[in-house]
Amino acid sequence: MSIKLENVTYTYSPETAYEMHALKTINLEIPQGQFVGVIGHTGSGKSTLIQHFNGLIKPTSGTVFFEGQDIWKEGYPLKQLRSQVGLVFQYPEHQLFETDVLKDVCFGPKNQGLSEEECKERAVEALEHVGLAEKYFDKSPFELSGGQKRRVAIAGVLAMNPKVLVLDEPTAGLDPRGRDDILEQISFLHKTRSITIILVSHSMEDIAKYVERIIVMNDGEKCFDDMPKEVFSHYKELEEMGLAAPQITYIMHALKERGMQVDVGAITVAEAKVSILQALAGDKGLELSSGAVKTDITAAVKNHSGKVRHD
Amino acid sequence: MGIIQATKLVFEYLKYGEDGEAKERDRAIDEVSLDVEEGQFIAVLGHNGSGKSTLAKHINALLLPTKGTLYVDSMNPAKENELWKIRQKAGMVFQNPDNQIIGNIVEEDIAFGPENLGIETKDIWVRVNESLEAVGMTAYRKKSPNRLSGGQKQRVAIAGVVAMRPKCIVLDEPTAMLDPNGRKEVLRTVRELNRKENVTVILITHYMEEVVFADNVYVMDNGHLVMQGTPREIFSQVDKLKEYRLDVPQVTLLAHELKQSGVEIPDGILTIEELVDALCQLN
Repeated sequence: MSIKLENVTYTYSPETAYEMHALKTINLEIPQGQFVGVIGHTGSGKSTLIQHFNGLIKPTSGTVFFEGQDIWKEGYPLKQLRSQVGLVFQYPEHQLFETDVLKDVCFGPKNQGLSEEECKERAVEALEHVGLAEKYFDKSPFELSGGQKRRVAIAGVLAMNPKVLVLDEPTAGLDPRGRDDILEQISFLHKTRSITIILVSHSMEDIAKYVERIIVMNDGEKCFDDMPKEVFSHYKELEEMGLAAPQITYIMHALKERGMQVDVGAITVAEAKVSILQALAGDKGLELSSGAVKTDITAAVKNHSGKVRHD
Repeated sequence: MGIIQATKLVFEYLKYGEDGEAKERDRAIDEVSLDVEEGQFIAVLGHNGSGKSTLAKHINALLLPTKGTLYVDSMNPAKENELWKIRQKAGMVFQNPDNQIIGNIVEEDIAFGPENLGIETKDIWVRVNESLEAVGMTAYRKKSPNRLSGGQKQRVAIAGVVAMRPKCIVLDEPTAMLDPNGRKEVLRTVRELNRKENVTVILITHYMEEVVFADNVYVMDNGHLVMQGTPREIFSQVDKLKEYRLDVPQVTLLAHELKQSGVEIPDGILTIEELVDALCQLN
């Protein structure tokens, strides 16, 4: 087990006219190695929540545990915690400052007190893991494209070898390919380094595609915490909170309403495709080249169980 | 002649060496020609660094062409006396709402533009009222912009532009930082301005679903205008778009994949209703 919040509340400006309860009695546990999505409208408490994970914010009441230890107990090594739980803020590329890419990524491990050699090793590894080619290492970070800059910034956090990586809207403002590239890299990291990933995003499509669990925040409360399929089945409630479900969810529900026997729990393009093909093939009235459909379904199912790339 | 007309427009960024001499030229826009009719809703797509924003900044003369010409409402930004008029005709809304709001309360912020134009006070209030109404923010007129949501802030920013009574609004990724609801609000506002007030809209975005309602879509790649057409024409070319690092809405992608698996549905499906209708007709 990795992160645990017990009855955590947080109040901004307590006992003043501006008092605001940003978090209200939050209880949750995130085991090591999970890929978690956090969604919620602007001001719902998402950012306040994630800043509790690495002790940037001290709860007004309640307890935060990391690996079983209360992080606010006297003598707890908070500094160490912050390199174990890496936080990538929104627009992290605004935080780049060094003269070249490699130096910038070295900054974190250097502060951890590692030797120059080790720092470099870590930095090179981290840059490889975010998919940035070696030819960029000695370039100024400011000469890179938006997507590349963001990868450098993520590498800077990775170089500290965190067990948990928290990303606050890592794809905002990126083009679709840049968006896919970054998320694929994050998912790759999750698999190869088995680190916990906590992804905050406004893109329900991205959330649907990658995470295994969704935490929904609304007005400082945790109102859903479940598998994506389950959470998105409450799409009407999500809309009331200013959120939405992926476009696919709406398609599947609309088809079902019109009498097609499709799986309304499908949330990605690949899942929807399989379900629709099955529904069509199951319907006798339809004369498709059924052999072709069948192989397609098996291929799609197979493809999907191996986590799809193409949706 | 349309409201925006570009002919072989070229823009080069210059990189300067340490001695202050220009040492490199980076062509961000390369011979782009386009003609936008008044009242159209135009979407511009393209990957990061494709030249979209550089093009947008030409439309209200924040940048001037290196070569070629760009006319806005028959005025040439290269002429200094027309430049200021152009900025009144073409307003701009940027990505980050927090960078665009300067007033302490909403209505003051909206009044900033017309005030700078030297409009009489009583007329300023008329404009402020109209603009608030147009973006649906009248109820928030006395509020502090700090207390608004992202979508509301963007609507205030749009109202600030509307108060200058522009013929054309350029929005550079106005929804990139917003949650789903905020995105919907902003889009609804922009579509209404376009339909009701006949304001020409140029929307730059990375969200493919926002493009579906446009009259015309332009796709930029490496400074070139590489595709142009209705959303249906553009989105029926799924593979070509992927080459340009772009995407199609999920519903279009699903339709495309179903079609490839032998399901007989039309090309270039854009909305959920279209797909559902097409599939139910088969069933």
